[in-house]
Amino acid sequence: MTTTAWAMMLATWTVIACFTGRFFWLVLTTPPHNDGD
Amino acid sequence: MSQKEGWGSRLGLVLAMAGNAVGLGNFLRFPAQAAQNGGGAFIIPYLVTFVLMGLPLLWIEWAIGRHGGQFGHHSCPGMFDKMGRAGWLKYVGVFGLFANLTIAAYYCYLESWTLAYVWHSVIGTFRDTLPSAFLDKYLGKPESGILSSPGEALFWFGLTLSLNVWFLSRGLAKGIELAAKIGMPLLIVFGAILAFRGLTLSTDSPNVKESPLVGLNFVWNPNFDGLLNPTTWLAAAGQIFFTLSVGMGSAHCYASYLRKKDDIALNAASAGWMNEFVEVLLGGSILIPISVAYLGLDAVMEATKGGGFALGFLTLPTLFNNWGWFAPVAGAMWFGLLFFAGITSSLAMGQPVMAFLEDEFKVPRSRSSLAFGAVTLALALPCIFFYHSGMFDEFDFWAGTFGLVVFALLESFIFAYVFGMDKGWDEITRGADMKVPLAFRFIIKYVTPLFILTVFVGSLIKPSKPWGESFSGLFSGDGWSLDPGSVIGKLLHVGVKDYAWFNAAGGMTNHFVEDITRLLLVLLFIGCAVLVYVALNRKKEPAQ
Repeated sequence: MTTTAWAMMLATWTVIACFTGRFFWLVLTTPPHNDGD
Repeated sequence: MSQKEGWGSRLGLVLAMAGNAVGLGNFLRFPAQAAQNGGGAFIIPYLVTFVLMGLPLLWIEWAIGRHGGQFGHHSCPGMFDKMGRAGWLKYVGVFGLFANLTIAAYYCYLESWTLAYVWHSVIGTFRDTLPSAFLDKYLGKPESGILSSPGEALFWFGLTLSLNVWFLSRGLAKGIELAAKIGMPLLIVFGAILAFRGLTLSTDSPNVKESPLVGLNFVWNPNFDGLLNPTTWLAAAGQIFFTLSVGMGSAHCYASYLRKKDDIALNAASAGWMNEFVEVLLGGSILIPISVAYLGLDAVMEATKGGGFALGFLTLPTLFNNWGWFAPVAGAMWFGLLFFAGITSSLAMGQPVMAFLEDEFKVPRSRSSLAFGAVTLALALPCIFFYHSGMFDEFDFWAGTFGLVVFALLESFIFAYVFGMDKGWDEITRGADMKVPLAFRFIIKYVTPLFILTVFVGSLIKPSKPWGESFSGLFSGDGWSLDPGSVIGKLLHVGVKDYAWFNAAGGMTNHFVEDITRLLLVLLFIGCAVLVYVALNRKKEPAQ
């Protein structure tokens, strides 16, 4: 693989993994609202 | 009744929404699109489009859904009826019924193939049978005439549809959520194992022609010229559009079971990014690298021109044979993950239709799931028997491609300009467990509708030559050469020689089937609209 291909792939994977992990972690750890209705 | 239904857990909702978005296209369409449109440079417009069009559309659909749910509506006609005072709004919601019914018909058929392929991978059918020969026989390819004669395919379709109906009949928490909680983790594990096995293939391994990294390089090596090419941007927008399953009415439906102050901002963002994770990290690391390793780059470049379907169904089963004892396991994993991707999406197509029957006609869940199964069967049978005459593709194009763009375009304008951005923004941010950047208020109002409008116009008048060349030709007086695959090109039968409904022997042609299919789809849409008219005009509801 060329250096630019590695750079593109790793940068993209990092961005997507970070956002996915961050948001999923928040979903798992944020307590539910009690005043839902 | 549906009003009493709700999600069992927040995790279940997010997994179900992600399952709705993750489909066969994540593994078959994305890698082919990326490879054809500038490799690594494709990902730049892809991610930009995700942020400017995909994510805002998810928030719009979740907001419309949760808002409609407060009025007891869990399907689009009722939801859109509550977005303003105009009587026509509910008819925009008809798209949310029509799309799910028609897409479920052919999608469940495709989904059933994956289940059949799991079985045939396990029993070793592909050891001595070419997948192309298998598929022709499986689908009952006609030697002459227009009618296919499937045998085994009907069995697997019946099984797949029954599974869908069974999960749907169990309700949100015990059915859809259960399928998502089983399917999504398995899908990710299967994908990770296959990607690891594929990417660690050595050139010393038997029959390996090239390093799989050559395939990865093919997908990721950037051709930055593509950034200035409108075709690349339209392809990226199209991929984002279809991968997120927006413009269907299924996300609206799932979100409608939330309570008024439940979060939608974080849930939608989480489901959307999870889809991207599966598509880019897993979908981009299986099909192309493994195929390039065994077939060489040139053969794969040629194969991806027709999309990733042929590689996924006709090539990979043979290539897995190089993996010895692991071959049946790999085949089962590959088609198993496609099946999980498929069923979590098809369940999302069933729920809005059932919710419409339950909310507006007080049909109990057990009967509404059977009704969905019966209508899906009735619409799928023509697709199955006229598969080789183009009915399947017509369903896919008009309902599963163009219809989604039309609905998304309408809903984005209605959300911003009929419902109003003040109410819309309040809806998106109420109860939010993340801070939605204020810039998205501007993006949702102006950028997202414009983006979808561009995709819409692009699909209408897609030229047969590159866009730049076509505009130059137009301004220099050469006219506009329509692509036969554009919407107008299809309607005008551009590029079709000897257009006729009957051949010289008096038999029906594929053109006849295509035109009849279009008529059937129009009648179905009108039928849905009549049902909506009957349901919402007889129902007296409290004022908004």
